This record gives sequence, structure tokens and C-alpha cells, in this order.
Amino acid sequence: MVSGSILAGIALLAIIGPWISPNEYLAADFENILRSPTLAAGHIFGTDQLGRDLFVRTMMGVQVTFVVAIVASVVSLVIGVLYGATAGFVGGRVDAVMMRLVDTLYAMPFIFFVILLLVVFERNFLLIFVAIGAINWLDMARIVRGQTLSLREREFVQAAQLIGVSTPKIILRHIAPNLIGVVIVYVTLTIPQAILIESFLSFLGLGVQEPQTSLGKLVNDGTRQMEGAAWMLLVPATLLATILLSFNFLGDGMRDLLDARQSR
Amino acid sequence: MSLLEVSGLGIRYGAADVVSGLSFGVRAGESVGLVGESGSGKTQTALAIMGLLPPKAAVGGSIVFDGDELLGASERELNRLRAKRIGMVFQDPMQALNPYVQVGKQLRRILLRHGVKDGREADRRVMDMLDRVGLPDPARQYRAYAHQLSGGMRQRVMIASALIAGPDMLIADEPTTALDVTVQAQILELLERIREETALLLITHDLGIIAGHCERLVVMEKGRLVEAGPTRKLFSEPCAPHTRKLIDTAPRLDGDLPPAPEPGELVLVADKVSVSYAERAKRQQLHAVADLGLELAAGETVAVVGESGSGKSSFVRAMLGLIPLRTGRVTFCGREVVGQVQSRAIETRRDLQLVFQDPAGSLDPQLRIEQIVGEPLTVHEAGLDARARGERVAGAMRRVGLDEGLLGRFPHQLSGGQAQRVAIARALIVNPRVLVCDEAVAALDGSVQQQILDLLRREQRETGLAIVFISHDLAVVRSISHRVMVLYLGRLVELSDGAELFARPRHPYTRALLDAVPVPDPVAPGGRLSVSGETPSIIRPPPGCAFHPRCRYAIDRCRSEVPEARSVNGSRVACHRTEELEL
Repeated sequence: MVSGSILAGIALLAIIGPWISPNEYLAADFENILRSPTLAAGHIFGTDQLGRDLFVRTMMGVQVTFVVAIVASVVSLVIGVLYGATAGFVGGRVDAVMMRLVDTLYAMPFIFFVILLLVVFERNFLLIFVAIGAINWLDMARIVRGQTLSLREREFVQAAQLIGVSTPKIILRHIAPNLIGVVIVYVTLTIPQAILIESFLSFLGLGVQEPQTSLGKLVNDGTRQMEGAAWMLLVPATLLATILLSFNFLGDGMRDLLDARQSR
Repeated sequence: MSLLEVSGLGIRYGAADVVSGLSFGVRAGESVGLVGESGSGKTQTALAIMGLLPPKAAVGGSIVFDGDELLGASERELNRLRAKRIGMVFQDPMQALNPYVQVGKQLRRILLRHGVKDGREADRRVMDMLDRVGLPDPARQYRAYAHQLSGGMRQRVMIASALIAGPDMLIADEPTTALDVTVQAQILELLERIREETALLLITHDLGIIAGHCERLVVMEKGRLVEAGPTRKLFSEPCAPHTRKLIDTAPRLDGDLPPAPEPGELVLVADKVSVSYAERAKRQQLHAVADLGLELAAGETVAVVGESGSGKSSFVRAMLGLIPLRTGRVTFCGREVVGQVQSRAIETRRDLQLVFQDPAGSLDPQLRIEQIVGEPLTVHEAGLDARARGERVAGAMRRVGLDEGLLGRFPHQLSGGQAQRVAIARALIVNPRVLVCDEAVAALDGSVQQQILDLLRREQRETGLAIVFISHDLAVVRSISHRVMVLYLGRLVELSDGAELFARPRHPYTRALLDAVPVPDPVAPGGRLSVSGETPSIIRPPPGCAFHPRCRYAIDRCRSEVPEARSVNGSRVACHRTEELEL
């Protein structure tokens, strides 16, 4: 609950923050270059080496980070659950072929894969996140398949077969809801992972491009100015950590909420 | 002076009282039975005595063992006491034994822990003990791991480990519940034999076991003591209504048989059905079921009885299409049904329904009761609008005697009996012609068992439902079955009318099963040991008659020639010597 409200608060601030702030995102305040946090000029988080307001930049970074988190995990969730549940439930040869395909994809060097994508399709904001999600679904598919294999042997699935429920309906109605606990936990692990991968790509210069920014990029910028302007590292780093932690706690809470067995 | 004196024992978890105000005593050398239905707090009491309750349990009162107070004793003091003074046997030996350590080594450790210094001396005593609990070839069993032993062997090892340090008292918590009936009889006989050295506190839900093996009885209900006294007196003149109810609802072998059914048309016919599983590693086939046949008429109940490994579940699952047939054919209402359940005609699937042993496992934990009971309607009567469906669901709930207020609950919020009724309601809502019950009452308390059996009998009377009733327990089968089919290692042993089978069993194995049933009567307690050993592995079935290694009447012919099932006075029997035997 607490983590949910923290995340909601950060998200809200990220959306309206740049809007109500007196400072423009791109505007450089040449009188206040590398200014420590102060209320006087309206730079509550200080400014960077070009005199840009850090509060606005951080909030824009949070926006990007949330988009990464959502796009990447939705991609991995949808592909992973459907793929894994189908492979696990149908079983036999279908399962073997589907899972060997996953193994093959696993063997591909991921960074090489991303660079290739970026070279072919130019630098596209969304493409990076789809790429991250497309990597993460492999893990998701494996986990879901394992769970499905054990669920398939449960008696309530046999009972549904005897009643006459068709296979796609069994997967949607009986298998998928029972996967929720595992999937939610895994998604909350995926989100921070996606955020970290994004900041790593940005560091390599493959991620978000200037003048756009993200939390990962801001942290990288901050490390370079760490000695003179500690706030440039501390502000985005603290936010990043808070977001990652909140997602982890949120996952625990969601699992309890969605699992019927926990309800009284 | 009691050896163990429990007084005013109370155990609570948060706001829930699990045990309250419980007092009883066990004298040295005495055997006391602690009886109650599930949730009566009997296992919690045993754990409290052993100091094994989880930390969140709040315990009050006092437990004095041989002058020492056990409640509040330090872990050190308790450790000195456990094994050395009090031994414990758990229900499931597979859980209680360490799978990575040879069983002999586990026993040896207990001895070394409790004062035996010399390793060789310890080994010798372990061998002695393994021999005393009836393990053949102790030297070999010493080096065995738990998974290499059969269920009965494991429980013998468990008892050996409880006894090896020479305790003054043994606590056995449902020691035979996980075992087959014939093995149960052997273990009970072993417990009887070791009674000379220790006091015994036997915890069970089964009055049949208590009747033959305990001098005194402590009856519990919902965490409270209901009645205590000498076994014979309690059985002959129980004071508390709960004791009477327990005695009345325990399955017996002398109750009423169901009246013969009206002759109905044949609904389900299986002919020469075989089922095998591929053993991949060894490239061979396991023949779980060989050449079984069944003719089931409307309004009739046929029981399929056998111990674990008899193939009873495989047989009915193959008929239902949950596992593939290797050979044979299944006919439903004159039409042959082929293939697995998913490829079968939707009408056939409606008419053949199954109720599983574990009610909780067969209900989807994420769905509400309303959705579970109504699910068959979404398939077979998809045209129904929400209101009509709601009425049908409510009707099905009334039919199985459940309150409509439960519709919004989830399966885990129901008791075992309620959940099994929900499973039956789901099976009956589309009015099937055949209902298969796979050990449907095995996991339930005696009184609940009776209610479920009543429910099935009523449904059958009113709708002409045909029932296949699978069970390992002949006493449960008796009150519901018109015909009984006994299986051993996937083959038919005997198929007789109910009355005939219980009065005149024609196969030595049927006789052994009947003898082994514990009867809740302290004067003639049953549970007799008329067969030794355990069901052999299906991987390497014995040649000839599969039962010959355990059969006291076996002759040379039985060892080489597989007996064909033949008709004898209206029964089908697979035994070479059935005519000459007086069983």
C-alpha cells in the first residue's frame, strides 16, 4: 500500500512537475551553472553543468523510466505467459520445439542483438524498450512453462477436461489465473531489471539520446560531477532506488491481493 | 502415579483455541488411544508433549512426564528427554526420515547421541532393532535409503528409530493412515508386540484401530476432552453423544447391504481393457492394468477395491479417457467411445463424470464456488441466461445439502466435507448417467463419510445414476455397493455380488482384505494379520499368480501359471484352488 502510493506520488509529480515548475526543460540558466539546491532561483534540486534545472530534468527522466518499465514488462508479460502456458499445457513435441527456440534465442548475444536493431531501424525511442521486453520474455516463458507443467497435473484441470471445457478455455480460465502469483513476482523483478538495462544502454550511448534524458542517464551524468556537485548524483540516484524498492514491495502486495487463497 | 500427566493443557494460535482444558494421564506400560475427528486437536497435543509446537503457539497448563515439567523446559532438557524417554512415530515416514542418509546411520546417530560411546556396539544394537521390528535382512536394510524401502518398511524403520534409545513411552500419530490395509494390520501387530516395553499413546481418527489395541480411550472434540475411560466400557456404554456418534459412523463389516437395484439397461461396458505406462529409462512397459472388464447398468453401484498399485485408478481413468488405453474397448450406451477425453463427443463427456479423492485439489482455488458448480453449464448448456444458470446452481447446491450462502466463497474456505459436496454438485449439475468416485470419501471423517454415502445412495434412487466406487476400504464399500470387484497388481482377483463377497470370499486375497479391516468393536476387533509382506512392485510382477508370494495356499501351479478369471457360483474368481479352499 505504502509503496503503491509512493509510486503514484512520484508518477504524478513527474507528470505535473515540469508543468508547474518556473523553469523550462531545455532552458539554460547561465547565472546559475552547477548551482546547489536552492529556493532562491527556483532550482529546488539545483542545476547541472549547463545551467539546466535538475528538478525538471529528473522528472522528465522519471517519465521515461516509467515508460520503459511499463512497455518492457507488458511486452514480456504477454509474450511470455501465452508462450509458456501453451508450451507447458500442450506438451509433447510442441513443447520441445517451442522451448528449444527459447534456448536458441537465449544463446544470442543480447547487446549485439540490440545494436543490430538500432543500426537497422535507426534510434527509435520505443524500439529500445520493445527490445528489452523481447529479451525478458524468455525468462518469463520458462518460468510460466514450469508452473504450467505442474498445474496441468492438478486434479482441477482434469476435472475441467472431464466437464468438457476446451483446451484454450482451460488455459485462460484455469491455468492463467493460477499463474498470477508467480507472474506478478517475476514482473516486479523484470521492471527494475528493465530500468537498469535502459540506464546501461544509455551509458553506452545506445539508449535515450540528448536532449531527452532518463534516470539512468542522469545518474551517469551525476557520477562525472560527483566531486563538485554531489546533488547531481544524489537526486536521481535516490529516486531510482526508491522506485526500484517500491516496485519490489508492490509486487509482494499485489500477489497477496490477487491470490484468492489469501483472502479471508 | 502416572508416567505422563497432562493437566489443563491449552494451545492457542492468535485468537483461535486449538486445545483447551485438556487433562489426561498415561500410566507406565499402559496403552492409551487419543481419538478425534480432524481438527480436534489431537496432533497438536502430541506436538505439545514433544515440545515441537511452532513458536507462535501459546501454550498453557502443565505436562508432567515422570516428575519433570515439560512445558517451559529448555530445548536442552527436552533434547535429553526426546528419544531417550519418549519416542515419536509420525504419520508419513517418508517425511520424517532423512532422504540422504542411510536409515541404519540415522538410527546409529540416535544411539551415539544418547550415551552409546562405541560405534560397533551402536551398529550391533541398530541391527538388533531392525530385526525386532521385522525388517528382513537387517544388514542390507541398514545401508538402504528411505526411498528404496516400501511404505510398510519405512514405517518399521520409523518405529525402530523411536524405540532404539529405549524410551518409556511411545507416541504414535496416525502411524498407519498412509499405509495399505494389509500392511496396517502388520504395523499394528508390531506396535502390540513392543507394548511390553513401553507405554503407548496412539493417536488416530480410526476407532477400529483403537478398539483392538488400546486399554483406555481419550475422546476429543474441537480441542476439548469429551470422554475418557476403559475402551470396552466406552464402546459398550458411551456417555457423551460425540463418542456415540464416532462409534455409530465408523465403517463396519456387519452393517446393512444396499437393496438390489432394479435391473436397468447397460450404460458403461469395458472389455479387455489394458493400460501400460512406458518406462523410458529401461525401455519397457509397465502393465498397470491387464484385461479388465466391467459391465455397469443404470441404477447400480460397482465398487473397485484394491490396495495401492492395484491399478484401480488407472482402470477407471482409462475408461474416462484421461489416460490412453493400450488395448480393449469401452462402450457407452451401445456406442464405442474412442480416444482421449478431449476428442470425445461432448454428450459422452457430459454423461460420464468423476469425483476425485482430494476435494481441495479438484476445485480450482482461484474460482468462487458459484463459478465452479456452474462451469459445466457453460459448456453443455451454453444457451442459459445468467438467471437460469443461477437457479440451476442453487438447485445443485440444495441437492447436495449445501447452503447457498457458500456460493461466494473460495474452495479453501470450505471444510473437507463441504468441498467434496461441491465437487459432487459440479458433477451432478448436468445430470450424468455415470458417476465415478475415486476414493471420494477416503480423506473425510467418519460422520462426513456417512453423509456423502447417503447423498450418493439418494441420488441413485432418484435418478437411476450408475456409480463406480473406487476404494481401498472394504468396510466403506459395503454399505453402497451392489457388486464388488477386487483387483491385485492390475488383474481381476474376484468379482462378486456384495452380499456374496462379504459372506463368502472366494479368493485368498479377498479374505485377507476382509480380515485386515479394523472393526470398531473391542470384543472382536478385526484387523487380523492373515497375509504377510506387501504388494510387490508392478515393475517386476511375480510370475504365475501375482499373489502367490503372499498366499499361504500357494502350490507349484500358482507359481508358474497365471490363473484365468472363471465363473464360480455366479462370481468371477481368478484362483486355481478356489473350489478346494475353505476361506
